[in-house]
Amino acid sequence: MKCSDAPRRYDRPAPSGVKQLYKVESATRLADRVYEYWICAPQVAQHARAGQFLIVRLHDAGERIPLTISAVRGDAVRVIFMTVGKTTEELATLRAGDRIKDVVGPLGKPSDIENYGTCCVIGGGVGIASTPLIAKELKNAGNYVIGIIGARSADLLMLEDELREVCDELHITTDDGSKGVHGFAADVLKKLLAERTIDRVWIIGPAIMMKVTAGVTAPYGVKTYVSLNPIMVDGTGMCGSCRVTVGGETKFACVDGPEFDAHQVDFNELMQRQRIYTGQEKVSLERFAEHRCRCSEGGGHHE
Amino acid sequence: MSGSRSTGAGAAKGAATMSDRPADVRIHDFKEVDSGLSAAEAIAEAERCLQCKKPFCIKGCPVCIDIPAFIREVADGNFPAAARALKEQNMLPAICGRVCPQETQCEGVCILGNKETAIRIGAIERFVADRERENGAELPEVARPTGKRVAVVGSGPAGLTAAAELARAGHAVTIFESLHEAGGVLAYGIPAFRLPKDVVNAEIDQVLALGVRLKKNHLVGRSVSVDELLGYDAVFLGTGAGLPAFMCIPGENLNGVYSANEFLTRVNLMRADAFPESDTPVLHATRVAVIGGGNVAMDAARVARRQGAKVSLIYRRGEEEMPARRAEVLHAKEEGIEFLTCTNPIRILGEQHVTGVECVKMSLCGIDASGRRSPEPIEGSEFTLDVDMVVQAIGTSPNPLLVSLIPGLERARKGNVVVDENGRTSIPHVYAGGDIATGAATVIEAMGSAKRAAAAINAMLKGE
Ligand SMILES: Cc1cc2nc3c(=O)[nH]c(=O)nc-3n(C[C@H](O)[C@H](O)[C@H](O)COP(=O)(O)OP(=O)(O)OC[C@H]3O[C@@H](n4cnc5c(N)ncnc54)[C@H](O)[C@@H]3O)c2cc1C
Ligand SMILES: Cc1cc2nc3c(=O)[nH]c(=O)nc-3n(C[C@H](O)[C@H](O)[C@H](O)COP(=O)(O)OP(=O)(O)OC[C@H]3O[C@@H](n4cnc5c(N)ncnc54)[C@H](O)[C@@H]3O)c2cc1C
Ligand code: SF4
Ligand code: SF4
Ligand code: FES
Repeated sequence: MKCSDAPRRYDRPAPSGVKQLYKVESATRLADRVYEYWICAPQVAQHARAGQFLIVRLHDAGERIPLTISAVRGDAVRVIFMTVGKTTEELATLRAGDRIKDVVGPLGKPSDIENYGTCCVIGGGVGIASTPLIAKELKNAGNYVIGIIGARSADLLMLEDELREVCDELHITTDDGSKGVHGFAADVLKKLLAERTIDRVWIIGPAIMMKVTAGVTAPYGVKTYVSLNPIMVDGTGMCGSCRVTVGGETKFACVDGPEFDAHQVDFNELMQRQRIYTGQEKVSLERFAEHRCRCSEGGGHHE
Repeated sequence: MSGSRSTGAGAAKGAATMSDRPADVRIHDFKEVDSGLSAAEAIAEAERCLQCKKPFCIKGCPVCIDIPAFIREVADGNFPAAARALKEQNMLPAICGRVCPQETQCEGVCILGNKETAIRIGAIERFVADRERENGAELPEVARPTGKRVAVVGSGPAGLTAAAELARAGHAVTIFESLHEAGGVLAYGIPAFRLPKDVVNAEIDQVLALGVRLKKNHLVGRSVSVDELLGYDAVFLGTGAGLPAFMCIPGENLNGVYSANEFLTRVNLMRADAFPESDTPVLHATRVAVIGGGNVAMDAARVARRQGAKVSLIYRRGEEEMPARRAEVLHAKEEGIEFLTCTNPIRILGEQHVTGVECVKMSLCGIDASGRRSPEPIEGSEFTLDVDMVVQAIGTSPNPLLVSLIPGLERARKGNVVVDENGRTSIPHVYAGGDIATGAATVIEAMGSAKRAAAAINAMLKGE
């Protein structure tokens, strides 16, 4: 029996309207639980800018999940994701040539790109995925661009070569010291800020990492952006699932963001709201894992 | 006593009907509440129509259906002819027959309403449309292609109506819809037990069968640039009023506090009721407070009820001021929803997850700008309702995303696009209709305004 039969129902025609399917051009495993996919979605690719994201829905029963647009090539867009639950696990079972039911984007406001002088773009973990486009646009706008990428260990680092090309300098950190500076991106940033003037900082990563790292720039009064990742549904501003508090005001991350002034964000509330469905997410993932076990050789097709 | 009052008196107009499934059965499923008229019942009801020389009912219908004409066909048992007459003016009759607030529209002005009960126009309309759907629909004629391209943004009732009218006039119409399903509020807002999704899809398919192209997953302003949009020969904006309002009271961002749009979207569009068969979760609560008194609040309350919760509806005015359709208020009550009228929430309580709502009783005094009695808090009447979920259904405003990106498009203070009576905006070839122009209104108002705009677009494209 073929494993992927059951969860894959992409060929069923849409009940209303034309069949719109989005082809996976390539699927590569970058690191443990981290995957790089190129998806053909012309309307997204043709309009995407740094800082924006897309939403995918794998099939008719699927959830809509947001993923950052990490690169663009012709009609295809790149997403890099970490498997953390049902939908990302299922996405990781797709291979080149497979199809995704729905892709919508680009969503969210593009990054505020201007010639600021010296900019620092920091990616933590899978958040590194968001950095190349931002760094590239900043570079094109005439900035001196410093990149910092950090991960738990060397094998979780990614996009190093790509970032070297667009950044004027690139710093690498690992929590376990297996590559680059032993420590966190925040440590490198602290040192840089003490040595020279940095005009703008972007931090993208897990909420707790963004909170801590933003704390470093606050005393220097350096304008700092973070890209928030609350739970979303439509991604177009009509549900309020993604609401975050910024400067005491309620904002919808999908249309007012996802990038916000780091020093105004209520990170604790963001982290609290990310946990709304912890119980159900576990059920969903366990069910999926069980299903995959039953049809054996689940993974392994990423060469 | 202006608190929770019983409804006895109001039950005559728009009342819940004989064809409803029993409340204790239907609160366990999402199947349609009202099972509709049989052919015999529809004919009997149609025979009551006086076929007035000056039919008031038509004036009460925003899309001007020739009501006596289609009713006469029903009385004669000629259902296909009735369907033809309906669809001359309304491409979405099975939808309108179900969700129009008939008591304030066609049925509200039916002459028979003065003496006995008004003709149940909506129920007959629905019968005709359902019958046609079951027996294979006839398509209206489509004019020869004009070579003009029209973009319609949004696939709610306004966009679908404009698209159908313009396609029938021979223009090449493309609808852009940001979601993965067409229908707007019909798809994501109104629950299946009031409006089954196969009914919505069948009527959408009929619009598409006129040659309309539908591009889902296209958020105009993002996936389609404003320049590309304005490159069409004409543009119709039907982006709706989907932006949910929050009350701005403490505790609103606690886990377990939803906007009605989110709660309903999770269930209706994302099928969270079928979780974990479907992947999108929704919280299940034991006690739910729904805030608001409109159709949206009724729908949210009744969905929560179907998930097994005990539901209280909190509304700051009296029951007679509720803007919801009368029938849905009655349905909600039958289904065991507790009405706390003249009550206003002031604070949502909880640490991480909501545990309660603090409310205050309101007295109704004076008349406010909307012509309704204005509520004032009664000092010292605060009380706490223990709940583990709160749904706010206090209104929505026009979707700002696209309209704020179009340079020179005039908007009013509330964010709605300013239009004249023919849907013309401040930009010559851009028209708007439905909730984006009027603020949150009704399906049939949205369709009416879209029809007028489509007529104006057609005249413009033909160079009249
Ligand atoms: C603007 C934005 C950009 C993002 N970009 C990336 C990216 O480039 N790469 C990447 O790996 N991840 C990204 N994420 C996070 C990604 O969307 C979640 O990891 C994914 O939705 C998890 O789904 P799941 O079913 O696999 O896991 P689940 O088990 O459902 O959830 C795991 C965790 O993911 C979060 N989550 C769950 N559902 C959603 C949802 N519908 N929307 C948002 N978050 C959710 C929750 O906090 C949850 O605790 C982004 C999120 C946002 C909002
Ligand atoms: C829960 C609920 C219950 C209701 N019950 C009733 C009822 O019983 N009777 C009644 O008459 N009315 C009812 N209404 C009101 C009625 O549904 C609306 O007045 C009507 O749907 C408005 O139609 P519309 O076409 O203007 O907008 P919508 O139905 O809101 O459709 C707008 C569409 O445009 C899309 N869109 C928005 N922006 C973009 C963009 N930039 N690009 C592409 N697409 C975009 C949206 O995704 C949406 O699909 C109810 C509303 C709700 C929310
Ligand atoms: S469309 Fe609505 S208002 Fe018009 S006749 Fe039908 S039910 Fe009445
Ligand atoms: S007003 Fe009433 S009775 Fe007269 S034609 Fe219309 S539906 Fe019939
Ligand atoms: S995800 Fe629905 S409003 Fe942002």
